[in-house]
Amino acid sequence: MSILQNINEIRNDFPILSEQIHGRDLVYLDNAASTHKPLQVINSISNHYEHNNSNIHRGVHLLSQRATENYENAREKVRNFLNAKSTQEIIFTRGATESINLIASSWGRKNINAGDEILISTMEHHANIVPWQLLCQEKGAILKITAINDDGEIIFEEFEKLLSEKTKLVSIVHVSNTLGTVNPIEKIIEKAHSFGAKVLIDGAQSVPHFKVDMQKCNCDFFVFSGHKLYAPSGIGVLYTKKVILESMPPYQSGGDMILSVSFEKTTFNELPFKFEAGTPNIEGAIGLGFAIDYITNLGLENIKKYEDELLKYGTEKLSQINDLRIIGTAKEKAGVISFVLDSVHPHDVGTMLDLDGIAIRTGHHCTEPLMKRFKVPATSRASFAFYNSFQEIDKLTESIQKVIKMFG
Amino acid sequence: MTEIQQLYQEVILDHNKNPRNFGELPSCTNHAEGKNPLCGDHIDISLLIENDVITDLKFSGSGCAISKASASIMTSEVKNKSILEAKELFEQFHDLVTCAKDKEIDLDKFGKLAVFGGVREFPARVKCASLAWHTLISAIDNKNEIAITE
Ligand SMILES: Cc1ncc(COP(=O)(O)O)c(C=O)c1O
Repeated sequence: MSILQNINEIRNDFPILSEQIHGRDLVYLDNAASTHKPLQVINSISNHYEHNNSNIHRGVHLLSQRATENYENAREKVRNFLNAKSTQEIIFTRGATESINLIASSWGRKNINAGDEILISTMEHHANIVPWQLLCQEKGAILKITAINDDGEIIFEEFEKLLSEKTKLVSIVHVSNTLGTVNPIEKIIEKAHSFGAKVLIDGAQSVPHFKVDMQKCNCDFFVFSGHKLYAPSGIGVLYTKKVILESMPPYQSGGDMILSVSFEKTTFNELPFKFEAGTPNIEGAIGLGFAIDYITNLGLENIKKYEDELLKYGTEKLSQINDLRIIGTAKEKAGVISFVLDSVHPHDVGTMLDLDGIAIRTGHHCTEPLMKRFKVPATSRASFAFYNSFQEIDKLTESIQKVIKMFG
Repeated sequence: MTEIQQLYQEVILDHNKNPRNFGELPSCTNHAEGKNPLCGDHIDISLLIENDVITDLKFSGSGCAISKASASIMTSEVKNKSILEAKELFEQFHDLVTCAKDKEIDLDKFGKLAVFGGVREFPARVKCASLAWHTLISAIDNKNEIAITE
């Protein structure tokens, strides 16, 4: 289905897109921070509360059976979406951040020892820096950073040089939330594996834009957040290869993650429930399943094709503005344009654009080391979704020009 | 005036472009650093305090127009004021940018600071406007910690 031809229909699925902001039509270009939810997702949540609400895995009564079925159905949708081998490999979490923390505290505490190395890149989100920093501090391990070039691409030769038998984990962002760079994860994973290292891919910004495939990329851990994928907030996913999960100690403990408890001994539940202690975000998982249905219906190939056009158009338009410098000019990019203006601070740009109804993000985007690398205190960032239009990019461009004129 | 004109008055745009008292003050007696973690604004303030009077001061750093203009205007306003007067001015300013939108305020009594009267309409920008002031207070108290706008 062509997105361009159906853009009005698609936009109608997202009620919030009709909001008026300071008396103007909303132009929402902050999708890398969080996306909006289609009616199909919103309705799935009300439907759950109106018809099926109950706790899961615990009741003989019908509501509990329905809720359990819908929750587990969502897990199957995620499995299929990622092309994982088994639903046992799909763990629901609160989001990408919690998924990474789960790996750091369960797999990491068990497998990282003094002198071991963990390798990340300059463009990581704080969520993929701080958990490793803490783990390294605790274990006396070493956090290594692989450099990027001026376009915002990982320098592969440098990356190779940093790998050794000491490297136990490589943890890399799939698509940079600040630069839009798409990293060559298959190449990275293959190289890291040749040194015996495990690889975590932070897919928070990749799954919304193109198809990912666990069998093809062969990563060990993959994380993403629902709210950046048109699903509710508070739900996320951790994919982990079954052989690795089987060797991992529990993350949190309590109900649902056990088979039997006595005061002498507890037997843990089977996968994936061992890693889902307590009552989870049931409606969030169900909503995530519906969000996956929605984008699968649109077709990820169609989404990619359309968003690539938006990105190309946006890059061309913004490049024509004197005074404007795009930060992040990798050959492979998805969904994001970060920029700075010579004469205006990003924070002022953000406020001015907001008054024109245009929502962008300004600041360091939780990537402070990356800001340092590009020697800027902050950037303005426009990030796209398939419901954005070419006209919205025109509005963005006009509004930026207005800002430059006022501050010039 | 539209909201935007109220926030970015000519005076603010001017101070942003040509900040007053910008630079270093090697002979300073007091110094503090301020940061706004959310947007990366950073400011350094140096004071020369003689007999409880701020006889000279300078600021440096990077930030948005609101934070830069606020620092610039603040330095002009507190120069040659006593520590006590400077602290009183801080209280007034704080009230100006944080009070409820519907509270009546008499802008006349704020003098040059009145140009920040529009800030309270923009909750996301209050911290920008108050960073320099928080840093000033921390410099006066000669606290060796980084001021943040909480
Ligand atoms: C690349 C990347 N990783 C991780 C995260 C953290 O996601 P969450 O806050 O949903 O846990 C984000 C969100 O900003 C992100 O963009």
